Amino acid sequence: MSEKRRFWGSEAASGLALISPTALYAILLLAAPLATTLVYSVMTDGYLTVEPIFTLHNYTESWTNKVVQSVMLRSLMVSMLVTAATVVLAYPVAYFVSFNVTPEKKGLWLFLITIPFWTSYVIRVFMWNVMLGRTGVINSALVGSGIIDTPLDMNFSVQAMVVTLAHAYAPFAILPIFVALEKIDRSLLEAGQDLGETGWTTFLRVTLPLSMTGVVAAVLIVFIPVIGDYVTPNLVGGGKFPMIANIIEKLMLKSDNRPLGSAIAASAMLIVGVVALIFLFLNRRYLRATK
Amino acid sequence: MKIPALRLYTIAYLVFLYTPIVILPLFAFNNSTAVAFPLRGFTTEWFSAVFVDTELRGALWNSLIVASATSVLSTAFGIFAARASTRYNFRLKAPLMGLIMLPMVLPEMIMAMALLVVLLSLGIKLSLFTVIMGHVLVCTPFAVAILTSAFQSLDKSLEEAAYDLGEGPFSTFRLVILPLVAPGIISAMLISFTISLDEFIVSNFLKSGEELLSTYIYSKLRFPKYVPNIMALGTILVCVSITLLTLAEFFRRRGVAKAGGKTTGGFL
Repeated sequence: MSEKRRFWGSEAASGLALISPTALYAILLLAAPLATTLVYSVMTDGYLTVEPIFTLHNYTESWTNKVVQSVMLRSLMVSMLVTAATVVLAYPVAYFVSFNVTPEKKGLWLFLITIPFWTSYVIRVFMWNVMLGRTGVINSALVGSGIIDTPLDMNFSVQAMVVTLAHAYAPFAILPIFVALEKIDRSLLEAGQDLGETGWTTFLRVTLPLSMTGVVAAVLIVFIPVIGDYVTPNLVGGGKFPMIANIIEKLMLKSDNRPLGSAIAASAMLIVGVVALIFLFLNRRYLRATK
Repeated sequence: MKIPALRLYTIAYLVFLYTPIVILPLFAFNNSTAVAFPLRGFTTEWFSAVFVDTELRGALWNSLIVASATSVLSTAFGIFAARASTRYNFRLKAPLMGLIMLPMVLPEMIMAMALLVVLLSLGIKLSLFTVIMGHVLVCTPFAVAILTSAFQSLDKSLEEAAYDLGEGPFSTFRLVILPLVAPGIISAMLISFTISLDEFIVSNFLKSGEELLSTYIYSKLRFPKYVPNIMALGTILVCVSITLLTLAEFFRRRGVAKAGGKTTGGFL
């Protein structure tokens, strides 16, 4: 009784009560549907229905079907390439804004970097389609100015998809790296220099290891959404290079095989989770050092 | 240390980032249906076509309804979560906040499909309402992120002073805290509105027959004759987004400054 009274009116109760509307919304509309997907993934597909009969068939199908395998591999490859390109290209930008810009101007630079990210995603993806096309902006400019004779085939390829996605997710990589760089105690860098390190070795031995938390965050925050991208394979890949999201759509809606669609979605998330954990494990010494 | 080459690199990077949205208006005003150089001449034909398109007007209206409802709801949810996580310590805080912020990194497709399958099996008809339900899920984490920084820069002694002067928790919130975080609230609403207006995946799968702006654009992209119209519409949308964002950034900074903090970071 007294313990109960202590709970109500306590800080814990106030916190829980305050967060409950938002938490309930997320539980009902996010956690519950995700759990349902998991349940569906071990059920049997009937005609227009899902039969409540336990089976692992959907998972064996997801992992052995050649088409699904190739789509999974392509999604992983595209996502890894995009992540590598985004993070490597973003690091110097984050470094510049953190170390070479006066504090009053940092906000302005970050604002400039994030603006394109907030404009319509469909329009941006479509613009890459228009720019990379055989008769598109880049080809017509190159041919017109006499740099090349025959237009380049850039569109409807995996490379075009990588460029488009790397462009779309750029700010996602810059912000976490910037935040990590901002937290570095500047006197550590001076100490490095005083101890006879050059600028480059100070960077390699002090700045880079200390900013690895940001790099790890950037990698995860780009890798996970990119693997589930739907618009770019359709518009820039021309539908010829489907990724996981496209095959899930096909199974869930067009073929109405919700259990198999759910199993593929769950498998994709499992793969993402494992890749993320391996990546975190490989970087464990940087992550532990900053805690 | 200062490295001059870095400035050049960053400027080149910005050029890469801005190329698509700079090319967009260039061809929206170009007097040709082909999107290629050389430019043929100046025309506002495509913009006029956009303004008389009745189907588009319907889509715009639907998008405005969805975006308005989403911005109010996700900001309200954002206030609860941000206030709870910055002011109180309680068990389950980390997992609950993790769940609330999950849509920021979860592929939208997974979320949209899971929600769609549940709605269909519950027999709930798809409508603008179901689109709003999905959009609120997508926008709430961004509202939480902005509002958290607004609540975090609050000085706790202001609140204690109000208590000492005899105010209760509700009047303290209304008279002291709310005015201080008001700019953050406006900023969160503007950001949610912008995200909802541009959102495609959830809209595409949770809508029924009625089009929204993003799904209307997507449905027309396959037809070359609509391409110039879409570019004109895209130009308008990009201008609207940039205006809303500039306002949001203005309010966010004012909010942080008002509460006595200093701004260095961006939105996230």
